[in-house]
Amino acid sequence: MNTLIAIIGLGVLCLLFEILNLRKALIPMTILGLIGILALTVSEFNTPGSFYSNMIVVNKFSVAFSSLFIVLTLFLVALSHNFYEDHPTKLSDYIAIKVFLLSGAVAMVSFGNLAMFFLGIEVLSISLYILAASSRLNLKSNEAGMKYFLMGSFASGIILFGICMIYGAMGTFDIAEISELSRSAELPVWFPIGIILVTIGMFFKIAAVPFHFWAPDVYEGSPALTTATMSTLAKVVAMATLFKLLTAMNAEISHQFQIVIVVVSIASMTVGNIMALKQANVKRMLAFSGISHAGFMLMTLLSATTSASSLLYYATAYSLAGIAAFAVILYVCKNRDNEDIVNFHGLGKTNPMLAAVLTGALLSMAGIPVFAGFFAKLNLFSQTMQAGYLVLVIAAVINSIISVGYYFKLVLAMYTKEPNESRTGTPILIYGVAIIALLLNLVVGLFPSLVMDLLG
Amino acid sequence: MDVTYLLILLLVGALVTFISGDKLASKVALFFGLASFGYSIYLLNLFNAGQNLDFVTAWITKPTIDFALKADGLALAMVLLTTALTPIIIFSGFGNDFKNAKAIYSLILFMSFAMVGTFLAADGLLYYIFWELSLIPIYFIALIWGNGDLEERKKAVVKFFIYTLGGSLFMLTGFVYLYQQAGSFMLEDLYALRLSCAQQFWIFLAFFLAYAIKIPIIPFHTWQAKVYQKAPTVGTMLLSGIMLKMGLYSVLRWQLPIAPLGAKSYQFLFIGLSIAGVIYGSIVALRQKDLKKLLAYSSLAHVGLIAAGAYTLTLDGLRGAVLQMIAHGFVVVGLFFVAEIIYRRYETRLISEMGGIRSQSPKFTSMFLLLVLASVALPSTFNFVGEFTVLYSLFQVNLGFAILGGTTIILGAYYMLKMFQHAMLGETNAKPFQDVTFNEGLILVIILGVLFFFGFYSKPITDLITPSLENILTHINR
Repeated sequence: MNTLIAIIGLGVLCLLFEILNLRKALIPMTILGLIGILALTVSEFNTPGSFYSNMIVVNKFSVAFSSLFIVLTLFLVALSHNFYEDHPTKLSDYIAIKVFLLSGAVAMVSFGNLAMFFLGIEVLSISLYILAASSRLNLKSNEAGMKYFLMGSFASGIILFGICMIYGAMGTFDIAEISELSRSAELPVWFPIGIILVTIGMFFKIAAVPFHFWAPDVYEGSPALTTATMSTLAKVVAMATLFKLLTAMNAEISHQFQIVIVVVSIASMTVGNIMALKQANVKRMLAFSGISHAGFMLMTLLSATTSASSLLYYATAYSLAGIAAFAVILYVCKNRDNEDIVNFHGLGKTNPMLAAVLTGALLSMAGIPVFAGFFAKLNLFSQTMQAGYLVLVIAAVINSIISVGYYFKLVLAMYTKEPNESRTGTPILIYGVAIIALLLNLVVGLFPSLVMDLLG
Repeated sequence: MDVTYLLILLLVGALVTFISGDKLASKVALFFGLASFGYSIYLLNLFNAGQNLDFVTAWITKPTIDFALKADGLALAMVLLTTALTPIIIFSGFGNDFKNAKAIYSLILFMSFAMVGTFLAADGLLYYIFWELSLIPIYFIALIWGNGDLEERKKAVVKFFIYTLGGSLFMLTGFVYLYQQAGSFMLEDLYALRLSCAQQFWIFLAFFLAYAIKIPIIPFHTWQAKVYQKAPTVGTMLLSGIMLKMGLYSVLRWQLPIAPLGAKSYQFLFIGLSIAGVIYGSIVALRQKDLKKLLAYSSLAHVGLIAAGAYTLTLDGLRGAVLQMIAHGFVVVGLFFVAEIIYRRYETRLISEMGGIRSQSPKFTSMFLLLVLASVALPSTFNFVGEFTVLYSLFQVNLGFAILGGTTIILGAYYMLKMFQHAMLGETNAKPFQDVTFNEGLILVIILGVLFFFGFYSKPITDLITPSLENILTHINR
């Protein structure tokens, strides 16, 4: 609870900094503030509770995911310093929006009431619409923002419609009560319909096939830092929320519903990976790779009672690798008109350090041991097999093999091509974020129990 | 704890080599390679004195994964093979002037670390992690320091990587399935599992995919020749000398004892595939113009025979397989080094552009001849002991297999001697051929010494590996 208030306070503070003409201190202060909030959040880990007549429920699940979101935001804010160098006047707006986005994210995993859930999702989405279109004079960015807004608000509408159905069936927005009622023998038909509509809306937010069409265009058009936010923070938030929604509202996910999940999961992995093979633009490639990762994360829904920690682990592994990769992309593609693979040619020679970091991040996403991505996949495979979906595991394995194809395309470009021009300067924050994110990924990979044991 | 120090030594060696800079890197790497060899000899002494070298400590609680190392005779024999070949391979690189030397030498040591880990691991997942880790260094070694056209090399190396990773992921699925059944990844628990025939067959198949690609067995061999040809010689040595032994070792350690029924019910199929590799490899080798490619195909033939020996499921077959694994490891490293020596002088790998070297360099020629003879399993060489034992075990299973497998000796002698004739004999070559340097000679002499010493007296190795093989066999025949 305190977390949410503190985050909103920090967001307002960011705006005030601009008025007080303290622009230089903005990023360091925000980072310090976020670290403080992280400490505050972690301290709530063992003290679950509910606030404002069950609007906000703090439990281990919400605290663990909130902490992950705060860490990700920390990285994203740190990256902003270099990225917005040319627009100093708008810096406080960008940072404030990122912090407000975080507040939406935290609300989305700690809601106890569907109204709060919707509030969270809207705060997050609207922040993202703004960020997607934030490169005001760039046509592509405008297009991305517009596309994202139209599609996103449509999805929000569907979610809202679903919530109405659920309210109509249950007569309450409180998820504890809904969960209680959903155990009764006779469910009104509106309840499952509502669940399906909400799920469809969330599938849109996590960009699962067949609701993924917006993702590649929006990822490509948005400014790189926004793409980083969408593909790491926003994706993980939406996934965690979907997980929480489904587990909190109907205790047993029915068999038919599981079949749907299996189909969507396989479709997301396969379509995402196969499309990614052909991309020349790195952001677009990562968008498709994100779609396939969404497919992987959907596997956790099949054994929802036990797989909260697997989801947390996968989310951590995926988003940390994503942050490390995007830090390098931001460095390489600064002041370029596009993010094509050509820009990465010869990075292994001109900047071996960052090339190694990007290689590590890609290896993690491909699921090569010792990186965290490997254990993330292992846990998923293990749990899905236990749930009895061997076919899904085999599809996932085949997809892991395909994914190596495009991740290594980038690695090959870095190490075998001749550099076209060298980049100068060593922005400390970018280096720091890239290295720390990858190191965290490695630590989590070497000692998976650190994360796996959090949620019991 | 003792075996862990070996792993730490190699890992630290890789780090120190990387830090030491391009000039010192080769010497530092050699130092660590020799130190780890010395340390493994020390381990062998401890083992022979009856000490228990196994090491287990909890690592991950959920799913239960232990950091478990098991050093029995078989594992130690493979570790010794690795740590003995590593300094040889590093030393063989002294004659090359590698760009970014610190990186390649550190990758070689890192790969050696991963391979030693694979041989020692007694926990399925730990084993899998080491198995995958060994893939990354060789990928970069072959990609960055390889030779020939870059585009072709990229294709070959990426194909190799995706192939092996794909196979391994099916093995991982197999392990995950076993974990569901046993509740643990530990070797003993997996041995103790009582699976139905169908389950064993699928597990066997999942493992087979990983190992057949690594070894390689027909029809999963298509990556091999190109990669051997394109990789730098140190990389080829690592691949053919040690890495493919990982696949063969895993057949003995993991595949057969866990899923023996899979091997038994389709024994003819798997032996047949292996033997097909022997004949196919030999025939293709006959037609090769490129020396490295010829050696690659001859290697395919030899490992096919080793795999056939392992799938006989007899003590002789397993023992012959292990002996031949070690013998082949040394001889193939020697042969690739010979190819490198010729390349350093003539800058060609085409056999047709060689010839007439004997009169210019008699010492080199005799050493090469001895290696060729060892490779075709001339009696009194170590390879003869290995191949003969394997053929004997094949004979116990089926006479036909023994006859077909025996063709490797005939065909092998034919293509190897033909190659030797074209490469070394004939009229004196117009291009001058400088005799081997001291360093090059030293490497060849060491390899030949090992091959002939154990050819006459293979008892130490046989004694070392037999108890663990008997133990494996009791699990196979439970």
